[in-house]
Amino acid sequence: MLSKGLRTAALAAAAIVCASSGAIAQKKYDTGASDTEIRIGNIMPYSGPASAYGVIGKTEQAYFDKINAEGGINGRKIKFVSYDDGYSPPKAVEQARKLVESDEVLVVFNSLGTPSNSAIQKYLNAKKVPQLFVATGATKWNDPKDFPWTMGWQPSYQSEAHIYAKYLLKEKPDAKIGVLFQNDDFGKDYLKGLKDGLGAKASMIVSEESYETSEPSIDGHIVKLKATGADVFISITTPKFAAQAIKKLAEIDWHPLHIVSNVSASVGGVIKPAGFENSQGILSAAYAKDGADPQWDNDPGMKKFLDFLAKYYPEGNRLDGSVVFGYGVAQTLVKVLQMSGDDLTRENVMKQAASLKDFEPDTLLPGIKINTSPTDFAPIEQLQMMRFKGEKWDLFGDIISGELSN
Amino acid sequence: MSAAVEEVVTEGQAVEAVPKRAMTLGAGTSLVVLALLVFTPFVVKNFIIFQMTQVLIYALAVLALNILTGGSGQFSLGQSAFYAIGAYTSAILMEHFNVNYALTLPIAGVLCFGAGFLFGQPALRLSGVYLALATFALATAMPQLLKLGYFEHWTGGVQGLVVTKPDAPFGLPMSQDVWLYYFTLVISIAIYVFSVNLLRSRSGRAFMAIRDNEIAASAMGVNVSLYKTLAFGVSAGITGVAGGLGAIAVQFVAPDSYTINFAIALFLGMVVGGVGWLPGSIVGAAFIIFVPNIAESISKGLSGAVFGVLLFLVIFLIPHGARQIAIVGQQLAARVRR
Repeated sequence: MLSKGLRTAALAAAAIVCASSGAIAQKKYDTGASDTEIRIGNIMPYSGPASAYGVIGKTEQAYFDKINAEGGINGRKIKFVSYDDGYSPPKAVEQARKLVESDEVLVVFNSLGTPSNSAIQKYLNAKKVPQLFVATGATKWNDPKDFPWTMGWQPSYQSEAHIYAKYLLKEKPDAKIGVLFQNDDFGKDYLKGLKDGLGAKASMIVSEESYETSEPSIDGHIVKLKATGADVFISITTPKFAAQAIKKLAEIDWHPLHIVSNVSASVGGVIKPAGFENSQGILSAAYAKDGADPQWDNDPGMKKFLDFLAKYYPEGNRLDGSVVFGYGVAQTLVKVLQMSGDDLTRENVMKQAASLKDFEPDTLLPGIKINTSPTDFAPIEQLQMMRFKGEKWDLFGDIISGELSN
Repeated sequence: MSAAVEEVVTEGQAVEAVPKRAMTLGAGTSLVVLALLVFTPFVVKNFIIFQMTQVLIYALAVLALNILTGGSGQFSLGQSAFYAIGAYTSAILMEHFNVNYALTLPIAGVLCFGAGFLFGQPALRLSGVYLALATFALATAMPQLLKLGYFEHWTGGVQGLVVTKPDAPFGLPMSQDVWLYYFTLVISIAIYVFSVNLLRSRSGRAFMAIRDNEIAASAMGVNVSLYKTLAFGVSAGITGVAGGLGAIAVQFVAPDSYTINFAIALFLGMVVGGVGWLPGSIVGAAFIIFVPNIAESISKGLSGAVFGVLLFLVIFLIPHGARQIAIVGQQLAARVRR
C-alpha cells in the first residue's frame, strides 16, 4: 500500500517538475522559489515544555534578515516562515502541511525535536520536500537510502557517545562506569552509542540508572550509582539535571571521572549554577565555540557572530548555546542555497546539501568541518574533548571523529 | 427503574442542568451544517481538508467528554489517556498485525470502553474536584506508561510508531486526505446520532437524573453506580475511536502527543462549545485547533498570552459558550419570523 502511494506521489511530483522546467530554460524553480524570493519553512516549539529552544528560530530569522539586508542570495530574498508546534507531534504535522501546501515553501529547514521530526518525516519524503538540517541529535536522520529528503546537522548523540567510549578505552581501560540517563529518545540513543562504542568491553558499564524529566530531584539515583563502586560517572542529562548531579557529587564527596554530555556543557546554564569549585576536572566534548568563553574574543569567526548579534539581534544572549547553534545552522543553509545557484529545485537543493566539502561555519571549533555526500547525510561528525578548569573549558587532544562506521 | 426521572430538576448541582430538548440542533440547522461539511472539500485545498478532519476527530473527543460531564455530571481531565489507548490500539493493530484500518476502530472503541468502565469503578467514590484530580493522575501517568520498556516492542517506546495512511478503496478518484475526511465524517455522524439518541433514551435520562441530584435519582430507583460507570465507559469508548482516527490522520503516534495539555485542551473545547450541548463539540474542537494558530499569527513570542486573552474574552462574554450564541440566534430568528 505504501509503495503504491509513494509511487503516485513521485509521479505527480515528476509531472510538476517536467511541466515547470519546460517554461524556463536557464533558471529552474520549484514551488517556493522565484526570481525574487526563496521561501523557507520552519517549525519550532515557541510554546510548551521545550520553549527555551524557540530562541533558535528567532536567531535564524535575524540571520536571514542580515542576509537580506546584504542583498540576499544571488539577488533573491529569503522569506522565513516559522510556526509553533508546542513540541506536540500532531501539531507539527499540521504545521508541516500548512508550510508545504498553503505557504508553499521550498524546503522545511531545522524543525526542532525528535518526536516532531519523526512525525513529519514520512510526509515530507513522500512529497519530496527537503527536511533539511533538523534540530535533533538522533542518529536516524542519517539514512539517505530510506529517507533521501531528510538530513541532520549537529553531531548525533551516538557519535558523541562514541567519542567518550574511545577516550575511556584508551585512557582508562579498567574503568567501572556508572551511567545516569534521561528516559527518553535522547538518553536511550546516547546509551546505545556508548555501548556500541565500548563494543566487546560494554561490561565496563557496571550500573545504569534512568530518571524521568518529571522527577524533582535525582539525588537518589546518584547515591545508588556511588554504591556500585563506579569510578567513572557519565551524566547523560539535560541542563537542569546535569547541574543537580554536579552539586550532589560534591555533597556526598564522590569524585569519579565525571563526563557530561555536550547538551549540558553550557558554562552559563549548568556549570556556573552548579558552582565552579564543584566542576573542576569534568570532561565533555564540543563542536561549537562557547559564547561565554573569553578565549574566542579575538577569533575572526566569533567576531562576525558578535557583530551580527549587535546589529541584527541585540536581545540575543551570546551565552545561550541555542543562539550559537541557530547562527551556525542558518549559515549552512545559506551556503547550500548559494551553491544551488539559479537551479532552485528541491532536488538540486538536496543534491547541494549532500555535496558540502570542508565547510566551516563561523561558530564551529577550528578544525571541525562539515562534509556530506550522497551516502553520508551527517554534516557534523567531529568533536573535541574538553576539560573544565578554572572558569572555562580547556580543549585538549585532537579533533575526534565519532563516525558510526568506525 | 422509574421512567419518570425526566421531570426532576433541582438546584445546586455542579453542572448546570440542560433540558434534553436543548441538547441538539433543529432539523433545518442540522441539514445546513451537514451540507456544509459534505460539500466544503470540493472547493478547498488538501491542507484545509486535513485540518477539517482534525476538527471532526477532536469534536468526537469533545463530544465524549460532553456526554460524561454534560450528561452525567462527572468531570474528567483524563480523556487524553483514553485517546492515547485508542490511538495506540489502532496503530499497533495496523502496523504489527496488518489489520485493516477500519476494523481497528471498533476494537479501539471496545478496549477503551472496558478501560473507562474499569476506571469508573474506583472513581465512583469520588466526585467533583476529587474526581477531576483522579483523572488528572491518569492523564499524567499515560505518556510514561507508553514509554515503559516492557511495552516497547509494540509501542516503539519514545520513538513512537509511524502509521501508513490508507488509500481510497474501490479505486475511488479521490486523494487520501479527501477519503479520510469522508470516512471520519461518516463515523462522526454515526456517533453523533448515537449520542443524541443515547441521551434521549432511558439511560440518558438516568445520566441526567444523576447529574441533577444523585440522591433523588437513587430514590427513584436509578442504579447510580452502574450508570455512572456506564457513562465513563461510553465516554472512553468514543474517545478511543477518536484516538484511532487521530492516529490514522496524523500517521504517527508518540507518547508526547498525549500529554495532560491535550486533556486540558479537550476540556477547554467542551466549555467553549457549551457544556451539555452536543453540537457545540464541533465549535469547541475548531476553537482548540484554530485559535492557537490565530494567537500565533498575532504574536509569536507571546502566543500563549494572546491565547489566554482570547480565551478569557470568550469565557467573559459568552460564559455558556457556543450554546449561548445558538440560543440568541434562535430567538432572533423567531422574532424576525413574527
